[in-house]
Amino acid sequence: MKALAARRHHRSAPVVLLLLALLVTGGVYAALAPSPAKADTASTADIETGKKLFQANCATCHGPNAEGTTEAPSLVGVGAAAVDFQVSTGRMPMQMNGPQAEAKPPQMDEEQTAALAAYVASLGAGPAIPTDEQVDGSLGDAANGMALFRTNCAMCHNAVGAGGALSEGKFAPSLFETSDRNIYQAMLTGPQSMPVFNDANITPEEKRDIVAFIDEQREGSAGGLSLGSLGPVSEGLWAWVVGLGLIIGAAVWIGAKSS
Amino acid sequence: MSTTTPSSVAEPTTAIGKTADFLDQRTKVGVLAKQLVRKVFPDHWSFMLGEIALFSFVVLILSGFFLTMFFEPSMALTRYENEHPASMHGELMSVAFASTLDMSFEVRGGLLMRQIHHWSALIFMAGIVVHMMRVFFTGAFRKPRELNWLVGVTMLILGLLAGFTGYSLPDDVLSGNGLRITDGVVKSIPIIGSYLSYFIFGGEFPGEHIVPRLFTLHILVVPALLLALIGVHLFLMVLNKHTQYPGGGRTNNNVVGSPAVPAFATKMGGNFFIIFGVLALMGGTMAINNVWNYGPYDPSPVSAGAQPDWYMLFLEGSLRLMPGQTEYVIGGYTLSLNILIPAVVIPGLLFTFLFVYPFIEAKVTGDHREHHLLDRPRNVPVRTGLGVAFLTAFIILALAGSNDLIATHFSLSINTITWVFRFLFFAGPVFAFWITKRICLGLQRKDRELVLHGHETGRIVRFANGEYIEVHRPLDEQERWLRVNYDAHAPLEIEPATDARGVKRKGYKQDRRWQRLSRFFFEDRVEPVTPAELAAAHSHGEHDELESAHTAPELVSGSGNVEREH
Repeated sequence: MKALAARRHHRSAPVVLLLLALLVTGGVYAALAPSPAKADTASTADIETGKKLFQANCATCHGPNAEGTTEAPSLVGVGAAAVDFQVSTGRMPMQMNGPQAEAKPPQMDEEQTAALAAYVASLGAGPAIPTDEQVDGSLGDAANGMALFRTNCAMCHNAVGAGGALSEGKFAPSLFETSDRNIYQAMLTGPQSMPVFNDANITPEEKRDIVAFIDEQREGSAGGLSLGSLGPVSEGLWAWVVGLGLIIGAAVWIGAKSS
Repeated sequence: MSTTTPSSVAEPTTAIGKTADFLDQRTKVGVLAKQLVRKVFPDHWSFMLGEIALFSFVVLILSGFFLTMFFEPSMALTRYENEHPASMHGELMSVAFASTLDMSFEVRGGLLMRQIHHWSALIFMAGIVVHMMRVFFTGAFRKPRELNWLVGVTMLILGLLAGFTGYSLPDDVLSGNGLRITDGVVKSIPIIGSYLSYFIFGGEFPGEHIVPRLFTLHILVVPALLLALIGVHLFLMVLNKHTQYPGGGRTNNNVVGSPAVPAFATKMGGNFFIIFGVLALMGGTMAINNVWNYGPYDPSPVSAGAQPDWYMLFLEGSLRLMPGQTEYVIGGYTLSLNILIPAVVIPGLLFTFLFVYPFIEAKVTGDHREHHLLDRPRNVPVRTGLGVAFLTAFIILALAGSNDLIATHFSLSINTITWVFRFLFFAGPVFAFWITKRICLGLQRKDRELVLHGHETGRIVRFANGEYIEVHRPLDEQERWLRVNYDAHAPLEIEPATDARGVKRKGYKQDRRWQRLSRFFFEDRVEPVTPAELAAAHSHGEHDELESAHTAPELVSGSGNVEREH
C-alpha cells in the first residue's frame, strides 16, 4: 500500500484511475446488463429497409405506419419477437382470410425478417427476439417442462404437443415441427388465439423447460411407432385397420384353403 | 380307439394308448371324446370371427396375469425416483401410476406386455363386434340360439366393463378424466345419483378407494364372469350345433363341414397363433396408451384429444352432441338431462335393441321352427336395414366423439361438425335403413331374374324371320338352390276384431299392434321363384321366357295377398 500511496501524486495517476473506473463500470455493465436482443443492435439502415418492406407487404392491412386498421391489429409495441414468429413461420404476410393465419413456407428470407422486426421494434418497446441460449432445450429440465405444459398448454396442444381443435375452425397447431425459437416466441407473444405467457407468468427458465419437454417428444415413443400421439382415437383406428385387417385377412385365407 | 368294452378289442400297445385306455376304463371319457372329435363344424371364414374375440381373451388373460405381478393398486402418494422416463423423474404421483411407469421402464418386457394387453383389449372388443355383425346379419340368433345371443350381448357389456375398469387403473390424467365423466354420469341419475357416486368412490371424487375397487373388478369379477359366460357360449354352440350357410346339400337337418379333429382343430390352432402373432407384433411395434405422456392424475388438467378407447367412444360422442341447455333446476334439485339422456338413456336404448331383437323378430315372423341354415342378408331386407341403421348410429356417435380430431385433420370447424352430427344422428340411421332395404330388394330381384332367365352369354342369335335374341344359359342346380331356397315371410294374419257373435275380442288391439310391426318388416318382399314359375319358364322357348318374366309377380306389396307355395 505504501508504494501506491507514494505514487498517488504521480502525473499520470488521474488517467490510470479514469481507465480503471471505466474498466470496472464497463465490466459490471457487461455482466449485469440484460442480454442484448438483435433488434436493439439493429442499425438505422435495417430499420429503413424494414420500413420499406413493411410498406410493400404489410401496410395494406396493418396501416402505413403499423397503426392498425379494421382488418388487422396495430403493431406498435408488439416487439421484434412477435414479428420474427409470424414472418419466420410464414404466417405473415397472410395470403388468404381464414379462421386463423396458417403456417406456410416463409415469404421473407432471414435478413428481410430481421429488418421487419427491427422496424416494428423501433415503433414501440416490446419483447425482443430471444437468444439461442434462452431457447436451448438441452439446458432445460424436461420434467418441470412437462408439469408446466400439462397445466398451461396441453388442453389446446394435446398432452405431448400433437395439436388440437379450437372453436370455429381455429386450431392449436402441432409443435413437433416448430423450432425451439418459435415455441419460445409463441409463449412470449401469444399469436392468434394463444394467450400471452409473459415472463412473470412463466419465467424464461420455465419457458426453456417447456422447450426441453417438446424436444424430448420429438424423439418418439419408447413403445414403438407413436401413431401421431393422438390418443385413443388413433389407437382404435389402427386396431381396426392394422389389427383386425390382418386377422380377418388371415381368417379369409384359412377359410379359403378348404373350398 | 378306446371303447367301453375293452375285452372286445386288442389291448393298446403304445404309452398314449395305454394312458387313454386307463382313463377311459375309469371315466368313460372315450364317449365324450369320440363325440367331440367327430363333431362336424361347417367351414367359412366368417365363422372364425368369434375366435378373434376368444383368442384375444386368452392373450388378455396371459398378459394380464403378468401385469398383476407388478401393478400396485394403491392411491397412496409417492415420489417417482426412477430415471426413466425423464419427464416423470421426481414427480409426486399415486403408487398405482408409479408402478405402471415402473413396470413399463424397469421391468424387462413390461412395456411389451402392457402394450400387448391394451391392443388385445381393443381387438377383443372389435372381434366381438364383427362376430355379432355376422350373427345378426345372417340370422344366426334365431331359434334355438336366442339364449346364446343373450349370453353374447351380456359378454359385450362385460367386455365394455372390463375395458373401462382397465383403462382407469393406471391413474394417469386420461384415465382420471374418464373416471370424472363416470362420476358426472352417475351423479346425473335423479335422486340416488349423488349417493351412488359417494358409494362408488367411497366419498367425494376421486377419493382413495376407486383404484383398488376397480382393480378387484378388473382382475377378478369381470374376467371370472366372462370366462364363465364363454364356457356357456361355447357349450351352447356345441349343443345347438353350428349354423351353416345355405347351399346345395345343406339343410336344417344336417351339418356339412369337417370333423373337429384334425381339420377344424388345426385351423383353429393356426388361427390362434396368427392372432397371438398379430397382437404381439402390434404390442412390439406400435405405442399404445403411453401413460407417461399424460402424467399423474390431477383433477385440473384435461389435454386436447382426451378420449376413451374406441368401444366407449359412442358414449363420449353422445355426450359431446347433447346441447347443454337441457339442465333444469326444479325445487332446488338439479335434473341434468344434458347428461342423463346421452350417457344413460341412449346407451340403454342401444343395448335394449340388442337384447330384445331376436324375440321381436320371432314374434312378427310368427315362425316357431328351428333354424340351422343361415339367411343371406339380402333375403331379410328389414333386418339387414335395421342392423345397418344401428351401426350407422353407433359410428356417427363414435365420430362425434372424435370431432376435435376430425376438425384438425380435415381443416373443418368443430362447431359445424357437431351440428352436422346432431342432425345425422337422427337422419343417418333412417337413410341407411332405407337405402340398405332398397339394395336388398334389388339384389333379390336380380336373383329372381337370374333364376328365371339364366346368365347372359353375350351370344346373339338371329332367327330366319330376322328377329334377334340373346341366348341365356340356365343356372346350374347349386346356383339355383342358393337363390330360391329362402322364406319370404308375409305379414302376420290376425283374428278379427269381433267373434262370431259380434263380441269384441280380448287382446285384439295388441294383436293389431304386432301386425302393424309385422307389416313394417314384411310388407315389401320379393318372393322366391316357385317350382311352378320355374317350370313355366323352362317349358317355353327362350323367346317366350323373356315375355313371361315381365308378367311375373316380382315385388309383392300389401299384406298377405299372396299364398306361398313350398
